[in-house]
Amino acid sequence: MNQSSTNDALRHHPVSLTWFNEMYDDGAAPREHYAAYAEWLASKPLEFMLQKQKEADALYARHGITFAVYGDETGVERSIPFDIIPRILRPGAWKKLSDGCCQRVRALNAFLKDIYHGQEIIKAGIIPAQQVLGNNLFRPEMRGIAVPNDVYIHVAGIDLIKVGHDTFYVLEDNLRTPSGVSYMLENRNMMMRLFPDLFARVAVAPIDHYANVLLDNLRAVAPSGISNPTVVVLTPGSYNSAYFEHAFLAQQMGVELVEGPDLFVADNMVHMRTTHGPQRVDVIYRRVDDDFLDPLAFRRDSMLGVPGLFAVYRAGRVTLANAIGTGVADDKSTYIYVPDMVRFYLGEEPILQNVPTYRLGERDDLKYVLAHLPELVVKEVQGSGGYGMLVGPAASKIDIETYRARILGHPASFIAQPTLALSTCPTFVDSGIAPRHVDLRPYVLSGKSVTLVPGALTRVALREGSLVVNSSQGGGTKDTWVLEG
Amino acid sequence: MLARAANNLYWMSRHIERAENTARMLDVTYRMSLLPYRVLEAGQEWADPWALPLVITGRATAYYERYQQVTPDNMLYFLVFDATNPSSIYSCIQSARENARSVRGVITSEMYEDLNDLWLQMRKTDYSQIESKGVSEFFYWVKLQSHQFRGVTFGTMLRDEGYQFIRLGTFMERADNTARILDVKYHTLLPSVSDVGGAVDYYQWSALLRSVSAFDSYRKVYRDAITPMKVAELLILRDDVPRSLHACMNEIYEILRLLCDRSQLEAERLAGELHARLHYGRTQQIFDFGLHEYLMEFLEGISLLSDEINKDFLVPAYTSNTAPADAATQRQSSSQLGLQPLE
Repeated sequence: MNQSSTNDALRHHPVSLTWFNEMYDDGAAPREHYAAYAEWLASKPLEFMLQKQKEADALYARHGITFAVYGDETGVERSIPFDIIPRILRPGAWKKLSDGCCQRVRALNAFLKDIYHGQEIIKAGIIPAQQVLGNNLFRPEMRGIAVPNDVYIHVAGIDLIKVGHDTFYVLEDNLRTPSGVSYMLENRNMMMRLFPDLFARVAVAPIDHYANVLLDNLRAVAPSGISNPTVVVLTPGSYNSAYFEHAFLAQQMGVELVEGPDLFVADNMVHMRTTHGPQRVDVIYRRVDDDFLDPLAFRRDSMLGVPGLFAVYRAGRVTLANAIGTGVADDKSTYIYVPDMVRFYLGEEPILQNVPTYRLGERDDLKYVLAHLPELVVKEVQGSGGYGMLVGPAASKIDIETYRARILGHPASFIAQPTLALSTCPTFVDSGIAPRHVDLRPYVLSGKSVTLVPGALTRVALREGSLVVNSSQGGGTKDTWVLEG
Repeated sequence: MLARAANNLYWMSRHIERAENTARMLDVTYRMSLLPYRVLEAGQEWADPWALPLVITGRATAYYERYQQVTPDNMLYFLVFDATNPSSIYSCIQSARENARSVRGVITSEMYEDLNDLWLQMRKTDYSQIESKGVSEFFYWVKLQSHQFRGVTFGTMLRDEGYQFIRLGTFMERADNTARILDVKYHTLLPSVSDVGGAVDYYQWSALLRSVSAFDSYRKVYRDAITPMKVAELLILRDDVPRSLHACMNEIYEILRLLCDRSQLEAERLAGELHARLHYGRTQQIFDFGLHEYLMEFLEGISLLSDEINKDFLVPAYTSNTAPADAATQRQSSSQLGLQPLE
């Protein structure tokens, strides 16, 4: 199938992109690790798959597995589209990926500890002081605060794209409150419910111990002297786009799901309001942004937070996961320094590569990018969710000119990257099965140790030719299989 | 458990019970409306059977803010579909599902899926569908959904504190409703005085019994003509009739004793007092006092109890030196999702 057949934008801006198809090689034969699945798929009539896709959609709606789209007034919640064709990774490829992600998180964590203490990396001249201290996600309040086990990044979501056989690039690090892991887990449940016979044929590594591993790590970072810590999940509430996930994780871990007003500070401790009076809370897996955590310390107008929380945190009498102030490390302008962090803190060579990135705050980079906008992807440094980005090859002339004006307004707020030949996976669409672009987000857990379960969230751009996989922008998800090696 | 979670569980079951009771009440109204009644004179609009639901729920003011006059169509729309009426069946199901959503980790997935599915179906239903299928068919469906949700709860949920709050919500709402329905006869007019004890009177009492699924029980217990005394006895004092006031108070008192454990809370004492009055009461006393007056006093007691349950469990304000009370009071309005207890 020709991806650009209906995409005028791509025809007007011919860029030499050859998509790597993960399932089939150039001769249209299934690749080795897809062989068992391809054989199974070939034995199933299209009507069968169509029926299963309908079943999946109905189940997702009934389970209320939803997300909310900001700025969409029509419906508060929507089911996230789920695609029934799995994405399969070879054990060898997974090993490299998981080692690379763990290495990256160890380095990023060391970076956070460093910048909130001795700032050796700045002294060594590897990262400019301005890049760290002048970043509005740097939290001066965190300087000198010790966090249990020196862990800042308890949960990280590393976004990766595949461009060739075993070539993965890191697209970005999500170190604040990365979401999506519930879809990784629910997608597997759904696949096992829809196609139990498949799992007898193909040896897929299990992932459903994720919540256990998460809880173990959270308990390991309780304030010192607490033998049986109380862990809670803090959510902004049921109108948050990721509310389903917050509830899901609390339930899977068997801990309370709390909202800001459920908690209060007294006697230098955090308590929750229960039907039997106050109960002390030791570890808060918070899915509320730094700014909203404590109106006394951060945004005064926050209704989601807990007044006085930060003072208790400072005193080491409650643990927040992730720590406050991790945003400075996942900022897209900090991203380019991560390979250097790996070398500086770990003395190792990075296992995973970054995508080449232009910083528009630099004059030469800016000049180049402005001259090549139709070929590049431009993003806001602190943006997320695929909002406010420009995908040059798919954008109209007007879009590009509008974006150019935005860049010129404040160049340092933007970075640019070449349009990458994101790999494709066969995907169930209206016209049958067709290739669509995918990315990959594994979740790295830290606390006791740095680990990940053998799985990840695969996001798929459902629109033909689209490279934007975010659920807020019409993306769907797939179950991701790591084959038992 | 978290006070907010308990509050949501309590209101989840109250909302479902209220949807069911609204369906029951509308069904009895519909049946009564099929009976002949006196042509109403000016100033007697309230005696129209279709005005009964307003009398029972005390939502007349809200109704007349939106509608000029009482018609079957308006009334059905107001009490079934009107999203701006927090007591409509639509709103109750929506609120129950919202409550469930905010505690979905506390209830079983079967419970959540059941309510979510109910909400998705309710959202798809419109007035024309109800009309074509018959309104009674729709009310039957609502009742069945409520039975089903109770069944799923009973069959799947851990018997923990959360379960007790769910049951508490059910019986608080049910006690309130049975008392209101029983009071209906006080407000209904018979075509003429000579009709007392006549056919229309009989049909009204039997419709009332049917609305609380107690018609067959009445036959079994009394094997006799329907009289107001016996109906009152059945629905107030007998504790083997599942929707009677006594049966509801048995459950409520038992649950509160469990929840209060050994701490002496006002909610438990008040429930005990209400329970004792039913447990040791006599029908003749009730009629000497006046059935309407008796029911009004009971409703006041239930409303006081509801406040105490809020204070003791659902919206606690800690008075010790350890806690600010302000956040707790903020919580009250949001957690009930705009739904006020029946006036």
